[in-house]
Amino acid sequence: MEQAFEQIFQDKIDREVRIEPKDWMPEKYRQTLIRQISQHAHSEIIGMLPEGNWITRAPSLRRKAILIAKVQDEAGHGLYLYSAAETLGISRDQMYDQLHTGKAKYSSIFNYPTLSWADMGVVGWLVDGAAIMNQVPLCRSSFGPYARAMVRVCKEESFHQRQGFEILYVLSKGTEAQRKMAQDAINRWWWPSLMMFGPKDDESPNSIQSMKWKIKRFSNDELRQKFVDVCAEQVKVLGFTLPDKDLKWNEERGHYDFGPINWDEFWQVVQGNGPCNKERLDARKKAWEEGAWVRDAALAYANKKAKQKQVAA
Amino acid sequence: MSFQINKLYYGDYGESKNGAADISTTQQNIAEWPLWEVFIRSKQGLDHKHAGSLHAADAAMAIENARDVYTRRMEGVSLWVVESKYIHASNPDEAGSLYDPANDKAYRHPTFYDLPEEVKYM
Repeated sequence: MEQAFEQIFQDKIDREVRIEPKDWMPEKYRQTLIRQISQHAHSEIIGMLPEGNWITRAPSLRRKAILIAKVQDEAGHGLYLYSAAETLGISRDQMYDQLHTGKAKYSSIFNYPTLSWADMGVVGWLVDGAAIMNQVPLCRSSFGPYARAMVRVCKEESFHQRQGFEILYVLSKGTEAQRKMAQDAINRWWWPSLMMFGPKDDESPNSIQSMKWKIKRFSNDELRQKFVDVCAEQVKVLGFTLPDKDLKWNEERGHYDFGPINWDEFWQVVQGNGPCNKERLDARKKAWEEGAWVRDAALAYANKKAKQKQVAA
Repeated sequence: MSFQINKLYYGDYGESKNGAADISTTQQNIAEWPLWEVFIRSKQGLDHKHAGSLHAADAAMAIENARDVYTRRMEGVSLWVVESKYIHASNPDEAGSLYDPANDKAYRHPTFYDLPEEVKYM
């Protein structure tokens, strides 16, 4: 019986029919999706912190309004994704609990500090740029609610990247000190951005199951190469450089060659030893704990109102 | 070709690195705000369409949250919210028999009918 269901399920996937929450699905598919979607949601929520850091210090009212809108979008993206995960049978509070206890991860890129205003430009250009490249294929994910959430996310994300590039473009036309600040930010964020695509394909121990189920569509290295090719050209417009002495156009491959990535650093950060892991999680937990009375009060008020209505009726 | 791949999405580092693989889906949080489904009318004259869901303590808060979460770019001119527990849905496992009566009635569609070429505007 189980096998018959599995066959029907795989047939649907092969025909590109989306799976919806109430449809039968293998338990492993459900769990993989809950893990993926919830950790994606956590990344959006934690991702607000490094940029929130600069809202009060944005250099103009225009920049401040843009940054607030961007951070608000990230909150929205987190909420779309949490809702998508909830359709699989996990509760919002359970997901928060996994984040706060460190059981669930979020993108390691947010464990790096945002030291200068130029970081807001680089986060938009490189970090959101890498995220978009990773996320566009997810709009065709086999799980309907995830795919629909990602369509919304991707639509909103492109302003994020453009505003970041604009920040850097303005700095590139600025004073020597501003150009230095921008170059320094690029130097610090370039390699962590490349790590966002995940380990090299041939070092990956996991199965091809997720490809078969069409949760995943492109390999890490394919997307990373595409990202490098795009950025190597865009950085010329800015008149800055990428911090990689091996970066060179390869006529034969039709791609840029680039230097080796420090995977030790990557796994160190994932496992909690990055520059800001503790700070980020503490900020998140503080917000959750100190907001408890608001959640309780709103619920108590709603219950009271409902009861009054009952008595009146 | 069976090349091995470990595609990591935004913050998902796989199961090998303790990525919340052992999730349990038993409900245990009674203090959680209830879940609401959000429907948006994008333009006067169009139907409300399901946009997604969110948590809120009551209907008024659900409307305000829906505005902030789903209409930040003028996506709507009207919002409906309904607590998710009040939505009743057809069972996907019974889709075959449920829609069976419509299955063999092609004559309900205009393209079923053969008309001579000379007939225009029909």
